Parts: sequence; structure tokens; C-alpha cells
Amino acid sequence: MVEKKADGARAVWTLGEVRNGQVHPVSYELLAWGRGLADDLGVELVSVLLGSGMKDKAQGLIHRGADRVLVVDHPALEHFTVDPFAEVLTALIEEYRPDVFLASATTMGRTIMPVLAVKVGAGLTADCTGLTIDPEEKLLIQSRPAVGGNIMATIKTPTLRPQMSTVRPKSKRPLAPDTARQGEIVLKEFGEGKLSSRVKRLRFIEEDTIGAPIQDAEAIVAVGHGLKDARHLGMIEELVGLLGGSIGASRRAIDQGWISYSHQVGLSGKTVSPRLYIACGISGAVQHLAGIQSAETIVAINSDPEAAIFSVADYGLVGDLFEIIPRLIEKIKKRTKEV
Amino acid sequence: MNIMVLVKQVPATDKVKMDEETGTMIRDGVASELNPLDLYAVEEAVRIKERLGSGVVISVLSMGPQKAAEAVRSAIAIGCDSGFLLSDKKFAGSDTWATAYALSTGIRKVAGGVDLVLCGERATDGETGQVGPEVGAYLGLPVLTYVSKIEEIGDGRIVAHRAVEGGHEVVEAPLPALVSVVKEINEPRMPNLKGKMKAKRTEVPILTAEDIGADESRLGLKGSPTRVVKIFRPQLARSGTIVSAQADPDAAVEGLVDFLIQKAIL
Repeated sequence: MVEKKADGARAVWTLGEVRNGQVHPVSYELLAWGRGLADDLGVELVSVLLGSGMKDKAQGLIHRGADRVLVVDHPALEHFTVDPFAEVLTALIEEYRPDVFLASATTMGRTIMPVLAVKVGAGLTADCTGLTIDPEEKLLIQSRPAVGGNIMATIKTPTLRPQMSTVRPKSKRPLAPDTARQGEIVLKEFGEGKLSSRVKRLRFIEEDTIGAPIQDAEAIVAVGHGLKDARHLGMIEELVGLLGGSIGASRRAIDQGWISYSHQVGLSGKTVSPRLYIACGISGAVQHLAGIQSAETIVAINSDPEAAIFSVADYGLVGDLFEIIPRLIEKIKKRTKEV
Repeated sequence: MNIMVLVKQVPATDKVKMDEETGTMIRDGVASELNPLDLYAVEEAVRIKERLGSGVVISVLSMGPQKAAEAVRSAIAIGCDSGFLLSDKKFAGSDTWATAYALSTGIRKVAGGVDLVLCGERATDGETGQVGPEVGAYLGLPVLTYVSKIEEIGDGRIVAHRAVEGGHEVVEAPLPALVSVVKEINEPRMPNLKGKMKAKRTEVPILTAEDIGADESRLGLKGSPTRVVKIFRPQLARSGTIVSAQADPDAAVEGLVDFLIQKAIL
């Protein structure tokens, strides 16, 4: 157990993220990052959870690594809007003065954190894929890709506090829940003055996607330019069905209009970390490769033996995907029947 | 209605060269262009003007070296009315926080009142996507990010769709507001000859830190909270098994299936 500092001073903070009234798993990924940083600094790990009806759901954050959860529970916080989130978080940061504050690089994190950086006067690094503590200076060392994944930059924030980062979803797996883990849940209250929003949410239009969102999928079969035509998606869907996963696509496949943008894998789309990634007819632009680097196993199928995708593959088949995919489907069906 | 579009000039390629010894990007001799994602903001401004008529005035603001005036002219060629460039050695080395401070100070200086600040989602070089919301915060404006559609604008209000995880959130905000847009919002047009001629003729005033009355301690490297410690090329390579499936696809696929079983995936 980490030695706790009074009132969370010099703590590592993470921003919990709520979607549809539930704590979203990206919040647990952040805690996995935060736990390591807090242990290296010898401070406590605090998660901040803003929402409506979230009081009873804060315990899950403790099971996933938080020492303490600050909960602000109010109907005005049911959906993320900038004004009340910025007011409440600014007030909390000024009260507790955390050393490090992490949010996920989701549309919420990437919107609220820049606003907070200005309001509290602190530095912010976008879309980090690596976070460590410098053993000598005790500073947060942030790594992030830039220029379409062609370069990595390492960034630190020498003087201003908190040191703030948005962290790329799926850049780390959450810790396994430990239901015996103890921690403190602190309810914080704010008056209407801090909870009003100039932006009103009118409605939400849900998106249709094929299968689970790709960033949550354990298996992804991704298609590229080599698919040639949207009508060939049928066999890909069949393979995806057998593997229990989702369809991904390269930017070129999206640009062809074969499948919607929500399926795009790569730095210009979603970063993914499935157990299995099968790239079919994808040549492997750097921005695509950078978006799949944390996949556990990468299989590449491409007719061009020089395709860059083979350089990151754990197993590659050089050949015609229209010959390979139907055989793969057939053999998986046969093998799974045998078992 | 006064619209301010923020743009950035970026390298025209993602094949950046690096000085491996100093770990910095080599920008000399690299062709530049208007950040492709800013084109969507420029296009949307022009569409608003087409929809609402001549009462709409579109200004463009950028920050960068003197040659970044070309990026401002590219936006004028597409249909913006005028443009300004913040350029001064004192701005060099600014991170997003210092850049947003300079831009917001510049906006206050060049535009009496702004109804809408438009920007792209992010630039293709730094890829932070932070400057837009930071400018909104400096100016105290409502911030609408990831906007994929402007449903209504005028009479002091905007109704917009935000492309977020799982769908589109429809929101309403009072003007003035800061709006960052995503690719989904439109298909940017190419500049026509008339636009190009106009851009050539249009003078792009260059403003220094002193011109905009900026606090110099908040600019450049010394005004930036974050520091780049180093830049390096990522190593993504894995050393996997690569098999030709051309001669005997059956055997090759069999090998793949064995591999997946051995990995406990199947």
C-alpha cells in the first residue's frame, strides 16, 4: 500500500469517463497508467468522476487501482459539456493541486483538457502512448507520435502543475479488478453557479456500425485497397463472424466509401489493441502501422511481398486474398468443429 | 457576421527528414501547404457566407514564419476576404498553450468583434488538436469540437452536430463560439482562377508580438509549459514468419491456422 499524503496533495489524478450512465473502460486503462506513476512517485492515485447517478459506481474505480475517488454527482453533469466540467475540474485542481492529471484522448478528454490547461495555467501534452517518471527529476515523461506516426516525441513539463496529458485509448490494458481493494470515496458538491452550461445538448443520433466498435474488439479483420470492391466485404464479414470480432479498414478503403469512418484503423482513425489483427490487402502506411502496434498478434495478407505491412507482421501470407480468405474461413470452420 | 478562420502551414509531406544527431525535424527545403484539415474550416466559412449573404466577412489568421503568408493566401483564394499573419522570432518554439495565447491575442487585436472562430480538428504535423479549444478558452467562448455539420447558424446562435464516440451529438450554443470541424463536414472546393488572382493581389499584413500587444513572457519557448526532450523514429518492426501462398495456398493457410491455434487464438 502506498503511503498516503494528506488531502491528496502531490497526487496523480485520472479523469473518469462516463458514457450512457456507466463508467467507460477507458477510465480503467488510465488507472493502469496512473497506478504505475503514483507508485513511482510514492503518492496516491485519485480518480475524478463527474456524472449523474454515479455515486454507486465509483467503487469500480477503486477495484481497478484508485486509492481515492472524488465524485461530483449532479443531473447537470449527466452528459459532458465543456462549461460545467471545466468549472468543477478547475475548482478541484485549485483545491487539491495534483502533480499529474491524465484524461483519455477521447473526444471528451481532447476537448476538456485544453480548456483546463488554459484555465488553470498548466501545460498539456496530447495523445500520449507512453508515460513514465524520470527517476532523478521526478517529472512526468510523456511520449507521443506525431507527423502521421513518422516520429515519436518525448515531452516534459518542468515547472507548471499539474502536468497534464491526454492518453491514447487502448495504449494500456486495465488492471484486473481486485474487489478486496479498499479506498475512499469523497463526494464533492458544487452550486448551480458552477454547473450551468452555455451549450445545450438537444439530441443524440446513434451510429450504425458492423459489429462491436473496433477499439473494443478482441479480433479485427481489416481491409485495404486490395479488397477492390465493397461487394467483397461479405467474405470478410463471415470471417469476422467466426472470430467474434469487428471489421477494420485502412484510410484508402474508407476513402473509397466501402465502409464508414468509424471502422478506420490508424492514427487518422482509431488505435486498436486486439488479440488478433488480420490485415487483408493493406499495404501498411506508417500512420496505419502506428495505430496497430499494440495488437498482440498481427497477420498480414498481401499480394505484394514488398508491402510494409509484412515488416510488422507476426505471420504473413504473400498471395491473393481472394484465394486465401475463403480457405481460411473453411479451415477455421473445420477446425472449430473438430474441437 | 464576422468569421475568423485559424489556419496553419504544415510540411506538404509526412516523410519528414530528421537530424538524427540533434533529434529535430528538418524543415528547410521541405515544401509547405495549408494544413489539409484546415481546408474544411475554410470551406465551411465560405459556405456560411454563401448561405447568409454579403453580411458575412471572413478573416483568416495564422502564425508562423513569413512564408506562412502563403497558407493565408490559399484560404483567401478559396473565398475568405482578408488575412493576417503573426510572425516574429519571439513566437518561435511556442507549444500549443503559448500558440493559443498568441492567436487569441491576435484575434482580439485584428477583429473588433468575432461571431464565430472556425478551425480544423488538428494539424497534420503536430497533431495535437489542442490549439482550437485553447483559443476558445482564452477568449472565454463556448467550445464546440469535432463538428461534423452546422445545422443552423444566425440570430446569435448555432446548432451543430458533433461526431463523438458512438454517434453524433446535436448541440445548441450562443454566438460567439469556437467551432473545430472534422472531415465529415463538407468537401472542400479547389480555388478557381478568380480566387487565385484575388489572393495574389491581397496584402497579408504581418503582425509582431509588439503589434498585438502580447505579453512576451507567455510566448515562444520560454512561455511554453511543455518541453520537447527528444524526437526519434519509432521502431514498429516485428520479425514474423512470412510465407508465400502463391504456389500452394492450401498449405499456406493451413500453416496460418496452426499458428493461430498455437497462439491460443483459435
